[in-house]
Amino acid sequence: MKTLQSLNTGQRVNMIERLRIPFTLTKTQIFVLLGLFLLSTYSLFIGQHVSGSLSDLLSNLLSGTLFDPLQSVVIWQWRAPRICAAIFIGGALGVSGAIFQSLVKNPLGSPDITGFNVGAFTGVLLTMAFIGVHFWLVVIGAIGGGLFAAMLVYLFAYRDGMSGFRLIIVGIAVSAMLSAFNMWLSLSVSLETAMTAALWSVGSLNGITWAKLIPISLFLGILLVFSAMLVTRMKLLEMGDDLAAALGVSVHKTRLLLMLIGVCLTAAPTAITGPIAFISLAAPQIAKRLNLSKQNSKKCSLFSAALVGAFLLVTADYLAQYALPETKFPVGLVTISLGGVYLVYLISNESKN
Amino acid sequence: MQTYESSVPSTTNLQPVHAEKNRHQLHALSRKKRFFWLIASVAMLILVAFASLTIGSKPISIVSIFQTLNGNDIGLESAIIWEGRIPRTLNGLFVGMALGVSGALIQAITRNPLADPGILGVNVGASLAIAIGIVFMGASSLMDFFVFSAAGALITSVLVYAIGQSKGRPDPLRLTLAGVAIGAVLGGISSGLTLFNPSAFDAIRFWVIGSLDVRTLDIPLFIAPIVILSCIAAFSLTPSLNTLGLGDALASTLGTHIIKTQAACLIIITLLCGCATAAAGPIGFVSLMMPHIARWMVGPDQRWIIPFCCLLTPILLISSDTVGRVILTSELQVSVVTAFIGAPILIYLARQKEASRL
Repeated sequence: MKTLQSLNTGQRVNMIERLRIPFTLTKTQIFVLLGLFLLSTYSLFIGQHVSGSLSDLLSNLLSGTLFDPLQSVVIWQWRAPRICAAIFIGGALGVSGAIFQSLVKNPLGSPDITGFNVGAFTGVLLTMAFIGVHFWLVVIGAIGGGLFAAMLVYLFAYRDGMSGFRLIIVGIAVSAMLSAFNMWLSLSVSLETAMTAALWSVGSLNGITWAKLIPISLFLGILLVFSAMLVTRMKLLEMGDDLAAALGVSVHKTRLLLMLIGVCLTAAPTAITGPIAFISLAAPQIAKRLNLSKQNSKKCSLFSAALVGAFLLVTADYLAQYALPETKFPVGLVTISLGGVYLVYLISNESKN
Repeated sequence: MQTYESSVPSTTNLQPVHAEKNRHQLHALSRKKRFFWLIASVAMLILVAFASLTIGSKPISIVSIFQTLNGNDIGLESAIIWEGRIPRTLNGLFVGMALGVSGALIQAITRNPLADPGILGVNVGASLAIAIGIVFMGASSLMDFFVFSAAGALITSVLVYAIGQSKGRPDPLRLTLAGVAIGAVLGGISSGLTLFNPSAFDAIRFWVIGSLDVRTLDIPLFIAPIVILSCIAAFSLTPSLNTLGLGDALASTLGTHIIKTQAACLIIITLLCGCATAAAGPIGFVSLMMPHIARWMVGPDQRWIIPFCCLLTPILLISSDTVGRVILTSELQVSVVTAFIGAPILIYLARQKEASRL
């Protein structure tokens, strides 16, 4: 202990971290935050039932004759929960991706590549088919499914230690099997359920209500606070197990906790939206490339990932609804297409270096 | 490939006479083993084909199958056999051959044991091309479907191959990921198309999901000549593929034109995947494992692996299809069954020591 203290590692480590979330924002972060706010407001007031230009709406707002009852139902009961869900879930997925990418030390270790979100959806389907459709039961089912998938992937990928290559290939295999299983499950139930499940299985923000959103947001909020508390240890783990242990991080406990939080962050949203692909993959990487956080501010990295994740999902949902007239896609289709293109870019860019 | 290379130094170390004797024994042994597996596979294929004809939501006895095949009409059962079971079984046979040989070729030219036209997104690309053909260009005949499918397969495989390279060499992980990413994007666009154009949904659905369920003999008979010719062409390339397995430098020293071989393989893969997807939609994982099983049975010689893939893959495909018919009250698509069988194999391969060194 004495020698350790005399060593100056240049790093102050708290054994138990107090809750300290940064409130100092960088310029780029403020910029993204502003963009997120503008986009959310814009998609709140634009659509079929509330017509008219923004200036009309603004003058309505200012003159006090806000909305007729139909408009207020459309805006506050239909659109607002949807947009809030996109913000919260996008943020959660972004953080989950950042956690797993840090744990695996590979941008491709995200829960959507390794299939944890597909596993969570398996849990959802199983719970709904065999136990019941009660909200919290479904959430627990999703988390159970996500943990089960994570366990499978880590178990199969472990062989004299972990290699990123094995983990990713095993993840691809497990997620292929689980999505086949999901298809099987949704085919074996009634046709009506099957059609809903089919739409749901690509990830969709349709039919989100305040009643579903508020408890999930609270749950996600708690998880986000926990992850903010663990972020210093996470960054130390990135430097290698030995060094982290030498610096006073209990390696296995921290890793287990981070994994648990990461799986919950990706599984809980799946309970209400289905598996939304590629947000967790893209958000942390984009945040990194935009230099959203200052080089040394460790805590900002998760926050930036959350910010970018929320921005991506709100944008994707807007595109899903309004990109083509007359057609509304499930948001998962948009994220899978845009995220897939991004993944291709990531791979080809990596191979150049 | 591993055994081939490692066997060379061990025999040269021995006394010449012993080496000669040893090699003869080895040859005799492996020939016996190969012929055993050959007979076993043919028997298995026949067995599986008959199972596929008899098993289904309406079980049909072997006697009535023989009666029908002899030209007697015994009512409903004959109709089911001619319009359901036989087209389906033949489709499984030819699609299986196509997938197996294309898998063996992809694994040989990329030197990647994890390659598979399903995992690399080639089949999804082919099915997207068919969907685009139906929705935007009014494709309706089998020839149209085949042309679109082959074009889609070609574009996708070139794209995946180009992205999956690292410093001029195809990199297994990158190739797999590029395939998964492109497959996900193209699959997303396919399902978007079905939502975008509900009237075409019914026509497209078949090519988006992947199933052997065809109702007429036209489809298997259309792809049969292309598949058989491509398989023969693939077989004629096997000596070059054998040298290619020894590495680029050694292969060109031994007189193999690497680029030509790879281009020829690419054309054959395109034709085969085009046929398979036009006839059955995207089916993944089938061609992943068969070259490995064939290698385990007959050794690393491509001249044996390719024909064995021709035999073994239809066995797997037809039996998966048959299992899918009876495991649920409603029918289960063959692609779902093959994912269940194939994913554990992929995990097994990824855990191998050789895979982690790639």
